[in-house]
Amino acid sequence: MAELRYREALNAALREELRRDERVLLMGEDIGVFGGAFKVTDGLLEEFGERRVRDTPISENTIVGIGVGAAMGGLRPVVELMTINFALLAFDQIVNSAAHIRYMFGGQVSVPLVIRMPQGAGHQLGPTHSHCLEAMFLHVPGLLVAVPSTPADAKGLLKTAIRDENPVIFIEHESLYGIRGEVPEGEEETVAFGHARIAREGSDVTIVGVSRMALTAERAAETLASEHGVEAEVIDPRTLRPLDLETILASVRKTNRCVVVEEGWPHGGVGANLAALIAEHAFDDLDAPVARVSGADVPMPYSKPLEEIAFPHEPQVIEAALATVGKRPATISGGA
Amino acid sequence: MTDIPEPEVTQGIPEPGAAREWLRTMTLIRRFEERAGEMYARAKVGGFLHLSIGEEATIVGSTRALRETDYLVSTYRSHGYALARGTPPEKVMAELFGRVDGCCGGHGGSMHMFDLSRRFMGGYGIVGGNLPIAAGIGLASDYGDTDDVTLCTFGDGASNQGTFGETLNLAALWRLPVVFVVINNQFGMGTSLERHSAVTDLQRKGESLGVPGTRCDGMDVADTHAVLAEAVRRVREDRRPVLVEAVTYRFRGHSMADPEEYRSKEEVAHWRERDPIPAFGEALEREGILDADTRAEIDREATARVDQAVEFAEASPFPAPESLYEDVYVRDEQVHGAYH
Repeated sequence: MAELRYREALNAALREELRRDERVLLMGEDIGVFGGAFKVTDGLLEEFGERRVRDTPISENTIVGIGVGAAMGGLRPVVELMTINFALLAFDQIVNSAAHIRYMFGGQVSVPLVIRMPQGAGHQLGPTHSHCLEAMFLHVPGLLVAVPSTPADAKGLLKTAIRDENPVIFIEHESLYGIRGEVPEGEEETVAFGHARIAREGSDVTIVGVSRMALTAERAAETLASEHGVEAEVIDPRTLRPLDLETILASVRKTNRCVVVEEGWPHGGVGANLAALIAEHAFDDLDAPVARVSGADVPMPYSKPLEEIAFPHEPQVIEAALATVGKRPATISGGA
Repeated sequence: MTDIPEPEVTQGIPEPGAAREWLRTMTLIRRFEERAGEMYARAKVGGFLHLSIGEEATIVGSTRALRETDYLVSTYRSHGYALARGTPPEKVMAELFGRVDGCCGGHGGSMHMFDLSRRFMGGYGIVGGNLPIAAGIGLASDYGDTDDVTLCTFGDGASNQGTFGETLNLAALWRLPVVFVVINNQFGMGTSLERHSAVTDLQRKGESLGVPGTRCDGMDVADTHAVLAEAVRRVREDRRPVLVEAVTYRFRGHSMADPEEYRSKEEVAHWRERDPIPAFGEALEREGILDADTRAEIDREATARVDQAVEFAEASPFPAPESLYEDVYVRDEQVHGAYH
């Protein structure tokens, strides 16, 4: 094990896969000379050269499309979009090309492409630069969606993403790049998709935390235990497609209660989806409705006090969990 | 309306074997497209149906400039490209019929033909969406140190999309081996060229992006081939993209759903006088490469082959309901392919 920051873990994954497989190449805005807007690709241009680490113009839809074509041509491209906000410019290539080409062309070709990008609010960047859009990508058949919340998962899942034959939307988080954690060493240390991580065991309520919210949920669980005597089981799904529903259902069958915490919007969100799935599969095991804690149903405001209340923090998670165990009146989640 | 280029069909006629093959392929595309239209009217074919009638010279002239190992990327007007690349008409017709033996197993339809074995890398339904993909395939060729070239066709309407500027810039910047061919059929659906593009001299639209342009007479297969062959040679050797404008005209509407109220019957008739198939057939007769009987025989063969294609498509079953989720994902132990 080595202690690495999240960004260093991602860097290590890229470096190892570039060394392991000549077909792997990186493309993106400012990933080379600049070293990446968040320094994830720092030093890779120096080691691997311009053939394999390619700075691109600011042309998101075309960068993704070139990645699709290169993948169809036999390469394993990793495209970095500077932030998830700019993926909106690339939605045609992500949905109509990356996600659908294999199906549309009768399985003759696959698109082993990774699109990396960070999401997240909290830096006062206002409505256009604070998105959390995992639910949008989750919506699309043909895509896999990874949402690592720890340095170990960041590295292990990225290596798996690069080796997978399917297009992978790999969603990092701007606020996690600096966090540290133990990361297994070794080129073959990967984390399989579709295996949720039980971050904390507990018997009273299941809390599913997505992306950064897995950490928020863990902190909330500590307070629930120390101040309220409630033992929460915290689950980080790690990947939303494929989804390890079995682990979530097993936990819900034990605790009979569930709270889903996500940073994105409530309508059509990950929590809405999980609440439906849990109701479909484990309705009789529930002692309370599945609760959702989500970002507010508003464009992200710039002003700090407003921004702070527009995405979830520990107190909201604690309140929602207490409501499911009957220690608080239930509140209705969601927005307008 | 763009001026109709002067015919120059006696220029660049290939050796007799190739000349006959070009005529055969153009004729096959014509008869196939006509029959596809009939099948659409009889509801054997669903969705949209965009026909290439009138544009056959651009298809055959450009694809015959390629080696077998070169890649081809087209638009949603994709049947003719598959046929020209050698995909059996049976597989293309079965795809139109939505049958299991279609070249994409009935998942793609008219706009999304594909044949990996012949390096026909697809018809694409979104205007301009195919350009970056072609550049990516070019990147893969370049990365693999091959001298393969990718030829990417798109319409005049696509030259206004963001991907046009983005892709040409990037292809020039990275020196990607892509021949961009704008098939200027003079309409972006129902909007004429001069009403949709400030610059109507489309071959120049790449200049500011570092992509030199040239033009061919897209009603003349020999001229199209000559210009494309030179473009392909240049791209293969110089490893830089070029833009070729092929000036042509579609004799039918944009799709089968097009009432064609945006152009006059006289204009269509005017262009039909330059129909590329009889024009080339007559030129070959003049050159003594074939006679009238052989031309008639080529036409009969094409019709017979299309009959066979329809028969094949009719006989092919629809995909089984249980195949619905096939090929969404490459499945393995962690990806099971269907959502919970």
